[in-house]
Amino acid sequence: MAVRKGMEVSIAVSEAVKLANADVISAYPITPQTHIVEHLSELVADGELKAAFVPVESEHSALSACVGAAAAGARAYTATSSQGLALMHEIMFIASGLRLPMVMTVVNRALSTPINIWNDLSDIMPERDTGWIQLFAINGQEAVDLTLQAFRIAEDPRVLLPVLVNLDGFILSHVIEPVEMPDQEQVDRFLPVFKPVMRLDPDQPVTYGAFGSPDVYTEVKKQLEEALVGSQKVVAEVWKEFRSIFGRNYKPIESYKTKGAETLLLTLGSISETAMSAVDALREKGRKVGLIHIRLWRPFPFKEFFQAIREAKVLAVVDRALTPGGIGGPVGLEVKSALFQKADRPYVAEFVAGLGGRDLTVELFSEMVEKAIGYARKGKEMRYEMIGVREK
Amino acid sequence: MAKIEALHPWKEVPLGCAILEAGNARKFKTGDWRSKIRPKTDYEKCIKCGLCWIFCPDMAYGHREDGYFDWNSDYCKGCGICARECPKEAIQMIAEEE
Repeated sequence: MAVRKGMEVSIAVSEAVKLANADVISAYPITPQTHIVEHLSELVADGELKAAFVPVESEHSALSACVGAAAAGARAYTATSSQGLALMHEIMFIASGLRLPMVMTVVNRALSTPINIWNDLSDIMPERDTGWIQLFAINGQEAVDLTLQAFRIAEDPRVLLPVLVNLDGFILSHVIEPVEMPDQEQVDRFLPVFKPVMRLDPDQPVTYGAFGSPDVYTEVKKQLEEALVGSQKVVAEVWKEFRSIFGRNYKPIESYKTKGAETLLLTLGSISETAMSAVDALREKGRKVGLIHIRLWRPFPFKEFFQAIREAKVLAVVDRALTPGGIGGPVGLEVKSALFQKADRPYVAEFVAGLGGRDLTVELFSEMVEKAIGYARKGKEMRYEMIGVREK
Repeated sequence: MAKIEALHPWKEVPLGCAILEAGNARKFKTGDWRSKIRPKTDYEKCIKCGLCWIFCPDMAYGHREDGYFDWNSDYCKGCGICARECPKEAIQMIAEEE
């Protein structure tokens, strides 16, 4: 029987990796990811998880070791944060380009400079275009569930892509939450042994990572793009099966009190739960407010997004990263682009907030909702507004 | 640029652009990248020391049965390192015939 107990979310994620029976774990410690790989190294050292734990000299090597392991047919896992993810950037494209299934937990943290160990999404957003399937967890239970699902999605013969699961640094990774840890029998039923479609094998030699001339590069990129977009169908199937075994339901775009809502907050990650409290408070005052949060960031679920916002008149997008010199933040950019061709579309107010661990409170979400409604009424032309920045 | 025998439509590209046939690099005759000069050895001056063979970065020199060394136009890029390293100045870089 699955047991529900209070656990630090990082520890729960490493226990999920153990349940997934990873073969190779390669990682370099970085705040706030440390507890995940620290606990995994203990599990391996104590013989509780039969895996090769490869301690490396950098995150570049950590992901490279996963690439090698996955190419050899192993179930590979790594985790990182911030600067560590930035150092992996080059290898991110190689993992997806080689179509190697693997799973990475990204414990979201701000990028330097200034050095800042606290939470925002400035680490993952520059990795948006690396060809990985990208998921967001909003609480500890989701972090566990998405980790298990990630292996299953990545290894599906119709997908064969790396998958990363985002969870917010500290405000999610280091909190103790009630988590229902699935039992091994359930997980084994959901996640069978990895059977690679192709792997490095001395008896049947193949070459991975050779050069591709202008004659072939375009076709390879087209194939990768189709696989990534096509993976959404598999993600939906995996969630359906997950629900039948574990009883918990996942959707690419999650909705909260959207029925009859004229204004919708749009969030990613654990701040969604704080924003839900703001929605509750505003609803109590009779305001027609709801929330959607993006679970599947890549591939972006356009159809489900349009469906989720069909009744909304105003969208208040909360971005926790900037695209410097651009129109706003990455989420706002995505959403506005998606809506551009729709004749009937909501007014989009975009806010950049919560950078480098700046608190995002219920009051701030309420403020953003009120501002969005006001701007919509005036038809204000806006790029984005930075919330809480000191002017003097 | 060497010609690729079969250009796959995107649906048929091997997964991850892997090369499924071992040793097919042999089919790439990279000598057609050569700049417009090539080496010419004066066998009167050559002392069979093999420095051209040792220094050639493309391993484009072969060792003949009579002890001399021959360049291979399939792989030579015309860099001229062999000519520079030859202690007897037996190798000259000459214009490629069109």
